[in-house]
Order: sequence, then C-alpha cells, then structure tokens
Amino acid sequence: MTLTPTHRAATLPFRLASQGLAAPTALKPGAAISLAWLFFAIAAPLIAPYDPIAQDLEQTLRHPSLAHWLGTDNFGRDVLTRIVWGARFDLAMGLLGVIVPFILGSAIGLVAGYFGGIVDMLLMRLLDITISFPFFVLVIAIISVLGAGLVSFFIAVALVGWVSYARLIRAQTLVLKHSDFVLAARNLGYGRLRIMARHILPNAVLPAIVFSMSDVVLTILLGSSLSYLGLGVQPPSAEWGVMIAEGQTFLATAWWISFFPGLAIVTLALGFSLLADGLAETLGIRE
Amino acid sequence: MGRYRFILWRPLQLVPVLLGVSLISFLLVHAIPGDPVRILLGTRATAAVIEATRAQYGLDQPLALQYVYFLKNLAAGEFGKSIIFKVGIPKLVVSRIVPTLFLLGYAILLSVVIAIGLAVLAAIYRGRLADQLVRVYSTAGLGLPAFWLGIVLIILFSIQLGLFPVSGYGETPLDHLHHLFLPALTIALALSPVLIRNLRASLLAEMEADYVKAARSRGLSEAKIFRRHVFRNSLIPTITLLGVNVGWLIGGTVVVEQVFSVPGLGSLMVSSIFARDYLVVQVVTLAFALAVILTNFLVDIVTVALDPRIKL
Repeated sequence: MTLTPTHRAATLPFRLASQGLAAPTALKPGAAISLAWLFFAIAAPLIAPYDPIAQDLEQTLRHPSLAHWLGTDNFGRDVLTRIVWGARFDLAMGLLGVIVPFILGSAIGLVAGYFGGIVDMLLMRLLDITISFPFFVLVIAIISVLGAGLVSFFIAVALVGWVSYARLIRAQTLVLKHSDFVLAARNLGYGRLRIMARHILPNAVLPAIVFSMSDVVLTILLGSSLSYLGLGVQPPSAEWGVMIAEGQTFLATAWWISFFPGLAIVTLALGFSLLADGLAETLGIRE
Repeated sequence: MGRYRFILWRPLQLVPVLLGVSLISFLLVHAIPGDPVRILLGTRATAAVIEATRAQYGLDQPLALQYVYFLKNLAAGEFGKSIIFKVGIPKLVVSRIVPTLFLLGYAILLSVVIAIGLAVLAAIYRGRLADQLVRVYSTAGLGLPAFWLGIVLIILFSIQLGLFPVSGYGETPLDHLHHLFLPALTIALALSPVLIRNLRASLLAEMEADYVKAARSRGLSEAKIFRRHVFRNSLIPTITLLGVNVGWLIGGTVVVEQVFSVPGLGSLMVSSIFARDYLVVQVVTLAFALAVILTNFLVDIVTVALDPRIKL
C-alpha cells in the first residue's frame, strides 16, 4: 500500500511545508514568473504608462522606442500598456477557467467512485461521450450556441473541462473507499457526504491539484486562441489573443503588434508549466 | 488471435457513445439563439414564406421528432443543405476535408521527425548541453500558442525571407506541400514538446532495462543496441500518445487553418459559426468527433499489434 497511514499527513500544506527546503529547481522560477504576472495584472493601472483603450491617431504604428517601448498599434495604442492590462484577462481566464471544472469534476469523480453501480456507469458514459469530441471543437461549438464572450468561455470550459478532474478523483476514490480509515468512519456512523468530503477528498485531491497547474497553461492557451478567433474576449478590450489578431493585418509593416503579446502568453504559460513540474516533483507525483 | 477479439465487440460498445455524441451535436445546434430562417431570408420576408422555409428544413416539428429525423437522415447520408453556401453539406464537407487531412498528415510527419530527432539527441547526451536545450524547448514549448507561432513563422519565412506563401492551399500536390509547410510546421512545433518529453523518458527508461545489459554483455555495439532494441521499444508509448492527442491535433488545425487561411474543415466550422450556418457546424462537429473515436479504435489495434503483452 502506498497510502499514508494518517490522512492528515497527505494534505497539501503539510507536504509542502515538510519538503519546502528541498524544493526542486523548477518550483521557484515558476512561482517567480507567475507572481510577477499576477503583480502586473493587479498593478496595471499604476504601472502601465498609457491608457489601454483610448486611441491616439497621431501615434499610429510607431516602432518600439523610448516613448513606446513595444511600439504602438494601428489605433496609436501603446502595446506595452495593452499587454500589462491584458494580463488581467489571460490570468482570469486561466485561473477561473480551471476552478469551476476542478470543483465540478471533483464532485462528479467522488460521487461516481464512491457510489459505484449505475451512478458510476451513467457518469462514466457521459465522460466517454464528452471526450469523444475534440476538446477545442466542443468548446467552440458550445460558445457558438451561447454567443462569443467571457461568460460563454467560462461556461463552455466548465462543461468540457470537468472530465480530467472526474477521472483523477474517481480513480483515487475507488482505492480509498476500501481503506481502513474510511471503514472506520463508516462504522462510526458518519454520513456519506461527510466521508466523501472530509475523509476521501483530502486524500484524493493531490494529483488533481498538480494537474490543475498544467491545466492553467492549457486554459490560457485556449482562452487566447478563442479570443484570437473572435469567440472569446471582444475588441477593443486589451487581451493578448485579441491583440495578436488585430496585429495580423499589419505584419509586414508593424510586426511588434502581434509579436509581443505572444511572448507574454509564452512567459505566463512557462511560469505555470514550471510551477506544475516543480510541484509534481516536490510531491513525488508523476502524471 | 484471441487478443484481437476486441475489434469485433468494441464497435458495439461504441453505440451508446455514438448516440450520445449525435444527441449532443443535435441539441447544441438547436439551442442557438436567433432564427436561421429569418437570417437566411432577411427582414422583408413574408410570414408565409418564413413558414414554408421552416417546413422545408423541418424546423416546425417538435424537438424529439427532429432528433429522430436527424438520426434517420444521418443513417441515409442526408445531411441537408448549407444555408449560406446553398450546396449539399456532404459536398461541402468533402471539398474541405482534403486540405485538413493533408495538413494533419503533414503535421504528424513533421512532429514525428522533430520529436525523434530531439528526443534521441537528448537521451544520448543525457545531462549535457544538448539535453538541457531540448528540455528548455520541451518545457517552454508546452505553452506555445499555435496561432502566435504561426504568425512568427509568417514574419520570418514569408515576410522577411519570402520563402513560403502567407496563406492559401495552392493548386497541385507540390503546391500544397509548399503552401502547407508553415501551417504544418506550426502544429508540429506546438505538438512535439509533449512527444519529446514522453519519448525521452521512455528512451532513458529502456536504456536502463535488463535486456540492454544482457545485449551489452553479449558484445553488441552500443549503436546497435540503441537502434535495434531501445529505440523500437520506446516508440510504442509515443505512438499511443500521438493517437491520444488526435483531438488536440484537430483543435490545433482549426486555429492554424484560420491563421493561414487554409480552406479546410476547421475554417469552415469557424466561418459557419459566425454565419450561423448551424447545420454545417453540426455536421463538422460530428465529423471531428467520429474522427477521434475512429482514431482511438485504430490506436488500440496498433498498440495490440506492436506489443504482444498487451490485452484489451
């Protein structure tokens, strides 16, 4: 058995604290990059040099310079300013876009794994059907129904993204429900809800947390891709995918409009990838 | 041959999944707000004409009945007409599927070449500079947005160097290879990091295996051991991974087709969403789902064929 004897010991804060000193190389740079972007997003009104939306038609398509470090776009808007503001959208999409599927999927996985039988069978068929669609295609199909925009994005991601979490939590639950501490809890007469939420979930959740870190990366890519296609965040909002789409017309004369927002996506994604790697290594979990 | 018996019963198991997939595609499209008939006919159409058109497309029937008709029509190969293009959907889909398949095949070929090259390099020079560089690429590459990568390639190879066209599909097969090189490379660069990570890990694991020590003690050269044993055995999980990622690949082509204006199924889907041509969205979504189901089935067969230990 690989299960820890007391289930308190398996909870995340404990493990992180006990191994914090020996944190692997990926964890710290990952956390540093992610926190830096979080800071930019929060402090955007204070640190961004210009207005992200207001047009300045006398300053259109300017090269990167001292006044505009990353140049200006076809409406004379400062690219650096829009990138800093854009961090708000892309971080929000990445983080909020993971939380709802996480909660929904965990609940489904717990119920399917713990109850078993017909409930499990039905939920797993629903899962099979959902994963038969290419993830991206199902998301844009749902968004086409709901109409383009951020709210539709979050709903679509929740409807499609729960499957990974349900699988991970269900697999753990199937093992844990036969463990001694769950039998003990049952003998004490605890209700199903309490056993699932207080005894099984804390022990089952770790792989899901590690996965959620890399899921943030995928969700940021998804959100910016959708915005690029015109199905996510709508112009004139400063979102990185939107900026890349707007700059595509001017690639031959003003490459910086599309180029720099992409670098922002890559660095933010790298931050969370490293965080995910570092966390997985620290906790001794391999996906 | 008992190991291959699943080829017979697996399709039966897939029936509920296929029904579910068709139901979801059907419901999705019927939940779309806005009346397609009004969009088609414009604001000046009379009520009688609107009713007639609605009847023509079967939109006046109850929802459950429409689903039954939908299934019947699917079985009969009747997919209806595109409201925007005014042609039969099968014809439309067939004309758009070829560029998409071409692009997918091209992209898979390039990703496999890139992944094998870099993973073997990293495994052989484990811990050295080459390995470190490959690891940087396979970590940073996980977060590469395909649409931006495509744009960077356009800036470099089309605008600066003038080597490849910015968009389109071309006329002859040779033209296609030329036009689709950048789109295929875009997908390959975005896909290969996952493959490299996987292949590098399994190469390293295989290199430690007992049979490698046995081969070494029999006096086989390192190059021969690597080529004949380590490499071949390591490929199996990577092939499976490639199959598992086919859904991701399809999603990637949808975006990349848009970046390079490739007239494929993906760009058909996106333009149909904006045009509210909902029958087309429905059929394309369904086609993509069928492609994933079929690929997973094929991957199962290939996996069983490659590794005699696996039973399904």
